[in-house]
Amino acid sequence: MNIDIEDLTKSFGAQTALHPVSLTIPSGALVALLGPSGSGKTTLLRILGGLEIPSAGRVRFDGQDATGLRVQDRRAGFVFQHYALFRHMTVFENIAYGLRARPRRSRPTKAEIDRRVLRLLDLIQLPDIGPRYPSQLSGGQRQRVALARALAIDPRMLLLDEPFGALDAKVRKDLRQGLREIHDSTGLTTVFVTHDQDEAMELADVVVVMSMGRIEQVGPPVELRSRPASRFVEMFLAR
Amino acid sequence: MSDVVHPVPVTTEPRGVRFLVILLVLSLVAVLLLAPLAAVFSEALADGLPAALQALAQPDARSAIGLTLLVAVITVPLNAAVGIAAAWAIARFDFRGKAFLVTLIDLPFSVSPVVAGLALVLLFGSNSTLGGWLITHDMRIVFALPGIILATLFVTFPFVARELIPVMIEQGRAEEEAALTLGASGWRAFRTVTLPNIRWALLYGVLLCNARAMGEFGAVAVVSGKIRGETTTMPIMVEMLYNEYLATAAFSLAAALALLALVTLALKSLLEWRHADLLAATRRH
Repeated sequence: MNIDIEDLTKSFGAQTALHPVSLTIPSGALVALLGPSGSGKTTLLRILGGLEIPSAGRVRFDGQDATGLRVQDRRAGFVFQHYALFRHMTVFENIAYGLRARPRRSRPTKAEIDRRVLRLLDLIQLPDIGPRYPSQLSGGQRQRVALARALAIDPRMLLLDEPFGALDAKVRKDLRQGLREIHDSTGLTTVFVTHDQDEAMELADVVVVMSMGRIEQVGPPVELRSRPASRFVEMFLAR
Repeated sequence: MSDVVHPVPVTTEPRGVRFLVILLVLSLVAVLLLAPLAAVFSEALADGLPAALQALAQPDARSAIGLTLLVAVITVPLNAAVGIAAAWAIARFDFRGKAFLVTLIDLPFSVSPVVAGLALVLLFGSNSTLGGWLITHDMRIVFALPGIILATLFVTFPFVARELIPVMIEQGRAEEEAALTLGASGWRAFRTVTLPNIRWALLYGVLLCNARAMGEFGAVAVVSGKIRGETTTMPIMVEMLYNEYLATAAFSLAAALALLALVTLALKSLLEWRHADLLAATRRH
């Protein structure tokens, strides 16, 4: 699914989080929103997911206006910064949540839900952790469970907020690879937020560099390195 | 290394100090909490169990017990619902006057219950415009059940909200938002994610609220008018019986009131004990 963002702005009271930003994300791309904290990248991601309402501007999914679409109707698989796993539910119940929440007529049968959850557990290469609780998992395992839970709703896009932020260096590297593989096998339009330029440059097809609520530059990693559009981009990538 | 040089780990206090602190706490608990309770029960049973039970079976005592239970049954769910709503609003949204609302919720803690009761009498009594209108339309608030319920609602208002606000602030919005992105309606997210996450705090708040609702004296004493057999709750009946030198009756009713409180405490402990695994598993990771 391709995403068009047209002149999107967002203010929280007197604070402006996003100046008018415009961006086109082609279908199937793996895009990084890169910038320091306070650059508006998470706000942009949350607007795409329907968790924030923009002050002005438009969002289109496949050409159709989605600006006022309810969060429940967006089918955006969202992975939260600290994963936000339901702590009182087992891993299995976490992943099944989205399927069980569907209205009765479109809800899969119990057997079908079981089958799909088990398949997702296989996909994230943790086939045996279904009965465990989130508190019994390592950070890396939690991140993968959060990914599986987001994928369970058969999303149209995948939105990830600092997906590797809370992990140590070794696990980060492995999970980057994991996300790349899942993206390539599902073909989902994927947008992730990060403040780590290595992560963005290594993983993304397209990097969107943001600063103070504005988009500084959009392009493939190689282009950003060879032809930075502004002093900020050059400085930020050189860190 | 066969001989241990330091038998006591360096992080603990010397044995004597620990012993003294524990002894101090235990004796305080015994004097302040256990002794009065024991005194009430022993006084209630001074003439034997049959006499105590007979005192409780008197029509006035039975009506007091019934009234107290009725008031608790009405006020506790109401305050639980309003408490959840208030905590939800305060923990989840930013709005003007939020700090003022938090202060307002605490008001019943700082206002004397007697003052609260008097305020209700002033507001709804026959001398006020509102009260006069209500009486001409045959609606009795003061010296009747509605007044007792209003007074109890006022006094027990903060308990649930106060327990929930810090818990909900600490847990943040992320899990609820996750539920919404997965397609759950707001109500479903509340039922399946928010409520299970706050259930222990909610239970604790409800138990405190219940204990206070059944035990409230001051505010209820003012608004109820102490009409024997009609508007006398258990604590008020206890006081009346005591003033009439009916020691056995007074202490039997007091013991029954204390028993109600002990039962709620036991219930809480039982629930905690039965769900210990889940409690441990769902602690903040």
